[in-house]
Amino acid sequence: MTPLRAGPYDLDSASSQPLHPRAREVLLAALDAGWADPRRLHQGARQARLLLDNARAAAAEALDVRPDELSFTSSGTDAVHRGLLGLLPRQRPAVVAHSAVEHSSVLHAADWTGSRRPVAVTRTGRIDPDALAEALTAGDVDAVAVQSANHEVGTRQPVDDLVLPEGVPLFVDACASMGRDPLPTAGDVLAGSAHKWGGPAGVGIMVVRKRTRWRNPFPADDRVDERVPGFENVPAALAAAAALQAVVAERQSAGPAQHALVAMVRERMAAVPDVEVVGDPEDRLPHLVTFSCLYVDGEALVLELDRLGFGVASGSACTASTLEPSHVLAAMGVLTHGNVRLSLQPGTTAEEVAAFCDALPGVVAELRARVGL
Amino acid sequence: MSAQRVDLELDCRDLLCPMPIIELARHVGDVSPGSVVGVVARDAAARVDVPAWCRMRGHEYLGEDLTPDGVARYLVRRLL
Repeated sequence: MTPLRAGPYDLDSASSQPLHPRAREVLLAALDAGWADPRRLHQGARQARLLLDNARAAAAEALDVRPDELSFTSSGTDAVHRGLLGLLPRQRPAVVAHSAVEHSSVLHAADWTGSRRPVAVTRTGRIDPDALAEALTAGDVDAVAVQSANHEVGTRQPVDDLVLPEGVPLFVDACASMGRDPLPTAGDVLAGSAHKWGGPAGVGIMVVRKRTRWRNPFPADDRVDERVPGFENVPAALAAAAALQAVVAERQSAGPAQHALVAMVRERMAAVPDVEVVGDPEDRLPHLVTFSCLYVDGEALVLELDRLGFGVASGSACTASTLEPSHVLAAMGVLTHGNVRLSLQPGTTAEEVAAFCDALPGVVAELRARVGL
Repeated sequence: MSAQRVDLELDCRDLLCPMPIIELARHVGDVSPGSVVGVVARDAAARVDVPAWCRMRGHEYLGEDLTPDGVARYLVRRLL
């Protein structure tokens, strides 16, 4: 059986990637070898425990953290929720200051426990350090949340340069960049999501750095890792770690190649009339680009591109269940309709990218013609 | 906010994105340069997209006020 892979024109890796071949191998082997309860003392259980410990050690090495700082969670969202909430006080509503372009999982976690204080970003989506300082002046902020890089527009955040008052912890949602970029040095708690680097879905990573005051915000359990409840998914954790090791080993060559392909997309899309390419042109994730096309319905654009064989995402309101436009694009003050987010899969070729760039202007012209523009 | 005098008001209150912007593009040429067009829209995207359109097309975004029945009205000065 050939591995199930995304279509040849799937340009939506930021939503999900197919399993890395290495992860698939490891997953299949571990399904047979690692199904037992790693908490028990008999032979099969000890083997499962060994595999789980190996997964933790391998993932920690790939991220340059200590194994006891790393937990496998049930998703990236779970890592964000428990990671951020564990930094907050329990006895009163907390205040979380965050970049206005954080992933919705960060916003939902902060809403759940108290109030949020969004911090403005620049037109390219980078947090404004002066606005952050302003948000912290009242002295009532319990934690700051800033992502490593933006999941919609690719702009990297200056996480290692942020100035925080003593005692205010920093939560870093690293889901968009984990595996592609080194983990920031800063950040008391960080989160990642395996299906974004070619691991299986249903695996997240939470890093709680040494000496961080973090407390499990949810009911406890009596499992291998006291930070995370529930029966461990040993095969998936091992496969996620294997994929992470592989993409970290490959990124020296894969990163610049993807960066160059995205640069080509940026240049060619910017040449299409009334198309705005957004996000930082250089200091960005290598594989991702977003642009918006004036007078075009985002849903129609996505469906028309799909008809031609190109799978892309969109932050336009008409593509969201809420009919609200992307809060990321809105915070940046850039056009929200006619939006396309393109993100390269590991196997995406220059020919596929060129085919997309060739097809898009005609699709946009056709959709504009339908409304007489 | 007190109502700004507009030279042309576009009633886009029942239109979804991107139709309010399309209406704006269709009708901005109906007024002379320096005149003000008001776009009345309930659609959430208009709050971001009208200023973005002004920036991309070289017009001046003046801000928003409310219609007498409480719907947002986005104000654009035609420059070109």
